[in-house]
Amino acid sequence: MAEPNNPLSTRGAAGGRPAGSLGVLDALTKWEVILLLIFLVVIAVSASISPYFLDLFNIMNTTFNFMEKALVALPITLVILCGDIDISVAGIMALSSLLMGAASAAGAGSAMLVLIGLATGLAAGFLNGFLIVRFSIPSIAVTIGSMSLFRGIAYAVLGDKAYTRYPRPFAYLGQGYIGDSAVPFELVLFVVLAVVFGLLLHRTTFGRKVYAIGNNATAARFSGVPVHGMRLLIFCLSGLMSGLASVLLTSRIGSTRPNIAEGWELEIITTVVLGGVAISGGQGNILGVIISIFLIGFLKFGMGLINVPGVVMNIVIGFLLIIAILLPGSVGRLRNRFLLRRQLRDGV
Amino acid sequence: MYDCVLECRKIRKDFPGITALDEVDFQVRTGEVHALIGENGAGKSTLVKIITGILQPSSGTLVHRGRIVEFRSPLASQAAGIAAIHQEASMFPELSVTENIYMGHHLTGGAARFLDWRSMRTRTRSLLERLELEIDPDTAVRDLSVAQRHMVEIVKALSLDAQIVIMDEPTSALSLREVQDLYKIIRQLRAEGKAIVFISHKFEDIYEIADHFTVLRDGRYVGEGPVAGTDIDAIIQMMVGRSLKQMFPKMQVPIGETVLEAVKLSRAGVFRDVSFKLRRGEILGFFGLVGAGRSEVLRALFGIERLEPGCGTIRIKGREARIASPAQAKARGIAYIPEDRQLQGAIVGMSIRDNVTLPMVDQLSSAGILNPRREQALTEEYGGKMEVKASGWEQPVSSLSGGNQQKVVLAKWLATRPEILMMDEPTKGIDVATKARVHEFISQLASEGLAILLVSSELPEILGMADSVLVMQEGRVAATLSRAEATAERLIRAALGETA
Amino acid sequence: MRRLLKRREFTLLLVILVLVAAISLRYPAFLSASNLYDILNDTAILFMVAIAQMMVIVTGGIDLSVSSGIALVGMSVGMLNQYFPGIPIALIMLISMVMGLVLGAFNGVLVSQAGIPPIIATLGTLSIYRGFVFVLSGGEWVSAHEMSDSFRNLPHGTPLGITNLLLSAVLVTVLAALFLNLTRIGREIYGVGGNRVAARYVGINLKRVDFLVFTISGVIVGLSGLLWVARYASAQNETAAGFHLPTIAACVIGGVSILGGTGTVLGVMLGALFLGIVNNALPVINLSPFYQMAIQGFVILAAIVVNTLVDQRNQRLMLRKRLL
Repeated sequence: MAEPNNPLSTRGAAGGRPAGSLGVLDALTKWEVILLLIFLVVIAVSASISPYFLDLFNIMNTTFNFMEKALVALPITLVILCGDIDISVAGIMALSSLLMGAASAAGAGSAMLVLIGLATGLAAGFLNGFLIVRFSIPSIAVTIGSMSLFRGIAYAVLGDKAYTRYPRPFAYLGQGYIGDSAVPFELVLFVVLAVVFGLLLHRTTFGRKVYAIGNNATAARFSGVPVHGMRLLIFCLSGLMSGLASVLLTSRIGSTRPNIAEGWELEIITTVVLGGVAISGGQGNILGVIISIFLIGFLKFGMGLINVPGVVMNIVIGFLLIIAILLPGSVGRLRNRFLLRRQLRDGV
Repeated sequence: MYDCVLECRKIRKDFPGITALDEVDFQVRTGEVHALIGENGAGKSTLVKIITGILQPSSGTLVHRGRIVEFRSPLASQAAGIAAIHQEASMFPELSVTENIYMGHHLTGGAARFLDWRSMRTRTRSLLERLELEIDPDTAVRDLSVAQRHMVEIVKALSLDAQIVIMDEPTSALSLREVQDLYKIIRQLRAEGKAIVFISHKFEDIYEIADHFTVLRDGRYVGEGPVAGTDIDAIIQMMVGRSLKQMFPKMQVPIGETVLEAVKLSRAGVFRDVSFKLRRGEILGFFGLVGAGRSEVLRALFGIERLEPGCGTIRIKGREARIASPAQAKARGIAYIPEDRQLQGAIVGMSIRDNVTLPMVDQLSSAGILNPRREQALTEEYGGKMEVKASGWEQPVSSLSGGNQQKVVLAKWLATRPEILMMDEPTKGIDVATKARVHEFISQLASEGLAILLVSSELPEILGMADSVLVMQEGRVAATLSRAEATAERLIRAALGETA
Repeated sequence: MRRLLKRREFTLLLVILVLVAAISLRYPAFLSASNLYDILNDTAILFMVAIAQMMVIVTGGIDLSVSSGIALVGMSVGMLNQYFPGIPIALIMLISMVMGLVLGAFNGVLVSQAGIPPIIATLGTLSIYRGFVFVLSGGEWVSAHEMSDSFRNLPHGTPLGITNLLLSAVLVTVLAALFLNLTRIGREIYGVGGNRVAARYVGINLKRVDFLVFTISGVIVGLSGLLWVARYASAQNETAAGFHLPTIAACVIGGVSILGGTGTVLGVMLGALFLGIVNNALPVINLSPFYQMAIQGFVILAAIVVNTLVDQRNQRLMLRKRLL
């Protein structure tokens, strides 16, 4: 936490620079830059290992694999910035897909399905938010429960069966491209929403309040920030985007099974934390998360090209997560050492 | 003469940007209650933290029973027989009284060296009885009142066979009866030959219980002496450094119409039938012992804890108002400077600019989009008015001194252009120079037509600043006095619950 | 007596009794001794791992990696038994516990030394350990006929009248209860979870406590891994997938606060028992086992909300009693 009266405290202000700027070193050790470097390394190594890597078509196509996760990572960034967590997102996706499948089996059209998917997500998110805010229950406890509940409903209804009949136009959302280009619709949708979330977080009063809540919810409330309302809203947003991701995923796979997106919550949280968002809240930005999304996405793509099995990929991601936490600490200490040395030299 | 069991010689403690203690001498003797007096920010807590091993001195020596010592950790200080009782109980709320006392040094017994709960419980019971406390050792601490928790902390100190017991503002949050109980316990400890250090800035404590006093001011040792026979004015002079009149130049301000009226405000178990009127240009002081309910009344007025229906009315400019959240209070022109600067007042991890603009962030934006130019302008205007000393508005508030942090809090609320300003211990923990500036500023605000509610436990501050004083005692209004009627003695008596 | 009645565990016990009674009224076979015995056996591993989880949660942390730990140790000893069937079972037990200890210690180091928040550290090891199951097995399973008889019989053997499985659960429970209530470090766990700062001030070594709970958790997970694959006579890549959730559920239902500082072994036992009864009851009342997860989730939410409401009500009563 911030140390009072300590100019060496590197806990950065939202959107601002901490005291004791070091110029170039400061810029270089920023987490986003490090991520970018790692990203470039991943690209370089993958490209050298496999000739298929730098094929534009392949690159575009591989984004299909992680765009849905990417979409959910956006609101989760907000959730974690607020000091909360939402482990139920994948469960919401399952529930949403279930209801879409049931509606489709009953003859609903594509537009209706999208609506149902989104509405389910929103309702689920609202349930989470309500329990968390109204009863002041830690979000980890509620979302562990709701995660089981939501996915459990899918298992209870479907068991080992599946919904496989979806209207043909529905498939466009998850499988389609923009016009005749190689650019997937999902990718474009993500880019648009990423920009929206980025602006929301960094250019609006809403975003400023999110940072305030994450840094000190009590002081934020005392300053007139509607903390309860905002947290509820953010969980609704998380649910809604999970619903959207479910629409795209269901459309892409073309079927609904209860284990859809199983385990995704962990990878999404990993992505966000790797992106530099502190798990305790109040620190981090969208850019880091976006870089992290593509870093992990392409890392998995590269590993897939050399036939690394999925579970082993998870080992790498697991280590990446741990290192992500360790690094800012040691990087921070490194900066402190340089700062101190400079202060001693300057006789400050 | 009494044995000097602990001596502080020329203790100095520097923090980046501030010297908290400047060559302070302090002696603790057996069988004596020694009051360590000083205003907020004088350095009392810092000195205690050094004695209890939480902090290390930058220079100077500690002498314990004639030998030079260094307490590198709280444990080392404890081992030397020093026990401190803090303001905020450092307890384990879910665990029993017995366990709170023995955590860290549980008693073991038997061949298997299992915990000996029976002995611990018995000893706890006997310790509690020794102090005539009716507390069941098996009660969970979270079920105890604040006063009872204090008592348990004392028992904890005794269980460690402490020879030196340090109490930091122990009468905060205690009712009158509980204060008397505490005094009785202190007298008993003194009779047993223990050395007691009693930190306070309240004269009533000092005169009731202390044998000797030492005054600190701005981190420096000012003087000491026996309590008996020393005039209260002399002590005040030492504490404050100048006469009361000099410190608070009270401006003559025309008092206008009533802007805030509270009618029989009540909250079960906290305060009852609190009524008052606040007018433009007026400074209404709220005095009382900590725990009297003043902060709670302010919190109700600010919407932090909503008032139950039927528990009183709030009228703003004549019209009844239901205030259910700080956002609503802010919209009605009320600003609140809370007591706990770091936890409630400022968001120390964010920049000065982000802090100052936070309450107004919606108004400064264009349809929700942040407007950096307007934010900068606002920050410069109010940060400048408050004379916040910082190298840049982007600096995180955590890097500022206590006084400057408070200025940021003031700036942020003044930026909302409130009509009613409520301040809860605004100069707590601030150096005297900044304190004076803040007081000047408050007077100026009053002259500009603001209605000010000032909660303070510092008599000089209340007596110097307030146009009228409302004294609270155990949740009720004990007295309402005009400036002319308010004297230190009357205020203290009312706060203690003594009538006339 | 009144205090006994107010205790959370007592209420939970009542709920369990009512539940059993309700089911038995409709389906008398449920209340048979053999069925109850089955329930206990089915829930034995949950008892053990939930206790491990409890210790971590009481210090204020959480261990998401228990499911992967069970799988990794299970696969390891399964393969060991497959390729070296001559190794005595006692030694295999020892190996499983040592291996579990190492896995737990790794978590412990990440949390206590590297200062990584437990949820993140165990999120990472959840993936890492699960991945290593695959690396070890190459995707292959160890199936029943590849296991030695003594291996497969371990959980079922009844040298002392009850199955070894149940015996392990009893031992772990008793040892945990002794540890948490009658040893200094056991109480320090509660201290650390109750008020970290105060714990430091009274001289408790926070790092040691953090490290210890994960390590002990690991030992229990190791033993459970062996018992799991032996009982189901199969070591797969997906073994125990998602099992960390019921362990957390058992704790939450049993009154362990997710924030740390409170919780009893009895409560966790009852919480696990509750889940075990629900699971066992599903086929009895003709609900497919696929309903398990949903019911679990619902029960967790219900338990949390009820516990919170009760706490808040108690706080209000306390405040009113302490009228200045």
